[in-house]
Amino acid sequence: MHKARTNPFNTAAMHGALILYTLIALFPVFVILINSFKTRKAIFREPLALPSADSFSMVGYQTVMKQGDFFLYFQNSMIVTVASLFLVLLFGAMAAFALSEYRFKGNMLMGLYLALGIMIPIRIGTVAILEMMVASGLVNTLTALILVYTAQGLPLAVFILSEFMRQVSDDLKNAGRIDGLSEYTIFFRLVLPLVRPAMATVAVFNMIPIWNDLWFPLILAPSEETKTLTLGSQVFIGQFVTDWNAVLSALSMAILPVLILYVIFSRQLIRGITSGAVK
Amino acid sequence: MSAPRFRWHIAVFLAPAVLVYTAVMIFPLFNTLRLALYSKIDQERVFVGLQNFYTLLGDPTWSDQFWNALGNNFWFFLIHMVVQNPIGIALAAILSHPRLRFAAFYRSAIFIPTILSFVIVGFAWKLILSPIWGIAPSMLDAVGLKSLFAPWLGKEEYALTALSLISVWQFVGIPMMLIYAALLSIPEEVLEAGEIDGITGMSAFWKIKLPLILPSIGIISILTFVGNFNAFDLIYTSQGALAGPDFSTDILGTFMYRTFFGFQLQLGDPYMGSAIASAMFAIILVGVCLYLFGIQTRMRRYQL
Repeated sequence: MHKARTNPFNTAAMHGALILYTLIALFPVFVILINSFKTRKAIFREPLALPSADSFSMVGYQTVMKQGDFFLYFQNSMIVTVASLFLVLLFGAMAAFALSEYRFKGNMLMGLYLALGIMIPIRIGTVAILEMMVASGLVNTLTALILVYTAQGLPLAVFILSEFMRQVSDDLKNAGRIDGLSEYTIFFRLVLPLVRPAMATVAVFNMIPIWNDLWFPLILAPSEETKTLTLGSQVFIGQFVTDWNAVLSALSMAILPVLILYVIFSRQLIRGITSGAVK
Repeated sequence: MSAPRFRWHIAVFLAPAVLVYTAVMIFPLFNTLRLALYSKIDQERVFVGLQNFYTLLGDPTWSDQFWNALGNNFWFFLIHMVVQNPIGIALAAILSHPRLRFAAFYRSAIFIPTILSFVIVGFAWKLILSPIWGIAPSMLDAVGLKSLFAPWLGKEEYALTALSLISVWQFVGIPMMLIYAALLSIPEEVLEAGEIDGITGMSAFWKIKLPLILPSIGIISILTFVGNFNAFDLIYTSQGALAGPDFSTDILGTFMYRTFFGFQLQLGDPYMGSAIASAMFAIILVGVCLYLFGIQTRMRRYQL
């Protein structure tokens, strides 16, 4: 039966192609990481060698720790990402529930209105966003970033979550209504727990673009106290271009948190994409 | 279910999302389009109609930059379409093969560049391609191609292509994942029916799978289009706001940033910046509409 699919030559060719591409994908990350642990001399003499007892050095990390306030940057990124995700999920789920549960005048229109933002990037409105933030005194605050990322994440969140909420059984909700539960209790106690997997998918989709964004931190919150990790490492590396140890260490320190998050959430992320949430 | 009284809970459920979305996204979007019709004359905001657009398209100092950025942006997009998407589809086709071992490992590893920030990607490649460090030339030397090496990011004729390829390297994971999902949803019976008719291996891919995943390829194309015409970060981190050498890597995002935020000696001009943003909005809108009405509605969808 599956003769063509188990041809050993084909299998070898497939693995060959995948290994080749995996190497291409991982090589730059690998080179940065190993060289961040080497002395300046070793970085240039043998860039592809692993750090040995001779060439091992943490001098780059020491510079980074002394010069840049990476813990503050990290904390800022954390606050912005977690707060935005929380608001996207809460507001998004509430709106998705209203759209999928109730039939009211303008339901379709409201759904379309909220879906507009899936295709239109929020960056187009940057000039007016900056003007608004300046007028309201929110420039150089993390609040400005949180607001922007919340608005940016809502359209897709509402879209995905309302698809999932349509699948929640009506009998369950109606049983709750007969028991005298309010609509709010039904939403928070019955529906939300059932769409938790979809919420996780939305969270993982939003997390990476928010954490990695450079545009809005650069324009709305460039002050030292509000720099995110992405902007902080960009500025730091820009200042230390010639200090290769420091640059490589700063890059590694920026890679690490994302890599850890990815290892934790990659199954969720991949399951989210492949379950067709974005089709 | 027709309640005559106003159902407050619906409003309560909708209000937070609608308010934030309207105030921070939709309103600034239209406000930016409106600001494009104003200009600053003697420290005052004056309505000038379409003057900014005449300047942008008519005044050579502006229009040269605009057409340069637009042309570069199309080249950037083209490279993504002809390199990123075919590689993504090929990888997905291999990964979706039944009984392929380590598929989960390959999938996760190939997706890693996509989760890294532009700052990391931009600088990492800048270092690797740097003639000072010499990783790229020595690797080319190892396969006997050293003569091919050039400081790609520093040469006007190569820099944009090199950056496009770096961006392709970063984002290949997205088409790969989406196509992979589409391929997995093809039922086994369809493939087996083909097998009975003697369609296997490569021809099964071209004749059965590819037509079935065309809608996903359409979605990927429009996502790539919107993402590329909105790109900024990679160029900014690796080449700076001036998008050097000599503006050869300038795209609409960096052009808009320079114009409205200012750089070095040039003062920021929010009104011209808005005009460029409006142009970007129009381009993205045309692209999305072409896709929605021209491609998506005509594409044949198969009931699986």
